Amino acid sequence: MRDAFTRALMREAARDPRLTLVTGDLGFGVLRPFWETYPEQFVNAGIAEQSMTGLAAGLAATGRTVLTYSIGNFPTLRCIEQIRNDCAYHDLNVKVVCVGGGFVYGSLGMSHHATEDMAVLRALPGVTVFTPGDPAEVEAIVPVMLRTPGVCYLRLGRGGEPTVHERPVKDWRLPQAQTLREGTDVAILSAGGILTQTFSAAKMLAQKGVSAEVVSFPCIKPIDTDKLTELAQRFRHIVTVEEHSIVGGFGGAVCEVLAEHGSACRVHRIGMEDVYSSIVGTQQYLRGAYQMDDNAICNRTLEWLRAPHKGTE
Amino acid sequence: MTYTEKTHAAFGDHPIDTADPRVLAWLIRRHGLEMTHISRGSHIGAIFSVAEVTAVLYSGVLRVNPADPAWPERDRLILSKGHAGAAVYAALAERGFFPVEELSSHYANGSRLSGHVSHKGVPGVEFSTGSLGHGLPVAAGMALGGMKDKADWRVYCVLGDGECDEGSVWEAALQAHQYQLDNLIAIVDHNRMQSLDFCENTLALEPFGDKWRAFGWHVIDVDGHDVDALQTAFAQAKANRGTGKPTVILAHTTKGKGVSFMENDILWHYRTPQGDEYEAALVELEAQRP
Repeated sequence: MRDAFTRALMREAARDPRLTLVTGDLGFGVLRPFWETYPEQFVNAGIAEQSMTGLAAGLAATGRTVLTYSIGNFPTLRCIEQIRNDCAYHDLNVKVVCVGGGFVYGSLGMSHHATEDMAVLRALPGVTVFTPGDPAEVEAIVPVMLRTPGVCYLRLGRGGEPTVHERPVKDWRLPQAQTLREGTDVAILSAGGILTQTFSAAKMLAQKGVSAEVVSFPCIKPIDTDKLTELAQRFRHIVTVEEHSIVGGFGGAVCEVLAEHGSACRVHRIGMEDVYSSIVGTQQYLRGAYQMDDNAICNRTLEWLRAPHKGTE
Repeated sequence: MTYTEKTHAAFGDHPIDTADPRVLAWLIRRHGLEMTHISRGSHIGAIFSVAEVTAVLYSGVLRVNPADPAWPERDRLILSKGHAGAAVYAALAERGFFPVEELSSHYANGSRLSGHVSHKGVPGVEFSTGSLGHGLPVAAGMALGGMKDKADWRVYCVLGDGECDEGSVWEAALQAHQYQLDNLIAIVDHNRMQSLDFCENTLALEPFGDKWRAFGWHVIDVDGHDVDALQTAFAQAKANRGTGKPTVILAHTTKGKGVSFMENDILWHYRTPQGDEYEAALVELEAQRP
């Protein structure tokens, strides 16, 4: 996803000479093509995320679209008040880019696990939250994000993830959800880089005779309410998957929509169960440890489908 | 009597020349007293300490146009110590950005004049603040943008000294030096007091000027209540353009300046002027009317 982001950004920087990328001294292997090609459109703010974000607001106030770039929780939680007061309240075109959503930096520990960012950013008025599931979605989102007024948050995974979409995502419009596999027994909705696990889980479920529809949500605020209400009419069970806390993030957003819609379908949330990670390991190890890898998604979905449907029957 | 008539009463039939920084500074204090009295609001000590700095800025130093507040070539001023917002509101109103009468709505239900300075719907306010440590990074970003655009305008940022406890101030101080922002002028309202105590008893800032110098800034020390000295300091700061270094003016001020019983008394960071204290403050201010 990182490389897809850089490629898309390079194209946009060529079109808009005022587009400016500000990094918090990170992106050694990712941003080099950008700073070598567009040195006038690049600023290293140093290891100073609060000031980086204020600086971005000031730059944006001079008629620029400005991206801030860092990893994990540094471009978001470390400077959340600057995002809120300086960028969002002033309706400035600042795009906050995080590399390492979820457990990307799994072995580095809790400080580097971004597992509340979606919920926190989603709570800020006027902030659009993008959660692409694979490189194809990243390429589609970047140009849309740069044309979306105000503050946006782009939550990327890592480098080298497989592309789940079979074809490039063409003519993507905010906040369109993407159906990657059609099914009839359960809908599994996914936000962010955990899409590979969701998609793999659907294949496992198929082998067990369960037909799962897989829908990726590359944007969780605003969220594709039309798609959600349509799914709620077709399915009795909806499973949400996010490499993130189940509190207030993607699953929370889905519940908000469907509760107000008055749907009879049940929503089951997969993600961090309101805890901090306290062990380390590879991203895939931690997904397994915290019950959100493909095996866990498959097994938990089977359990939910087998359990008696409470309440409406 | 309207709010405007009341706050202008001391001038009688005398013309009010708000282009005179002494007149504007007096008006800022008069409004500061009245606004905090009506609203039962706080921060009169900070409003009084920054009165001359604000008056000198809005009576000629800043290139701004009340008829066109968003004029692209304007100088930008960020009041980072947003709790002294009444001083900026008063200066803007007296300079014609919006009606003086509206100052009476400060803090009121439904008012756009929030206790900490806000830009939403308020002509002439460049940036909303209130949480300390936000102004200088944003000012640095504006200055960097102006520099990239080879713009003539400058960016001014007024900070409190207590505000310099915030780490983000020093992050921005590093950045402004690194990016050679000689179009950026910071002013510290150095009244030596903060919320609960003197700065030196809280987080000691001294040697304050040396800290800024060590961060690569030009430092100008000035009596922050001496209008002529402030004008000279701003002229020097403007002349630093081309040196590749930002400038900080350390304006040595007195918290609560202008009312004897408020000066250097921490009580008046929060206390609101009511009853006899309001009347006594008014008598003292009226005696100082330029």
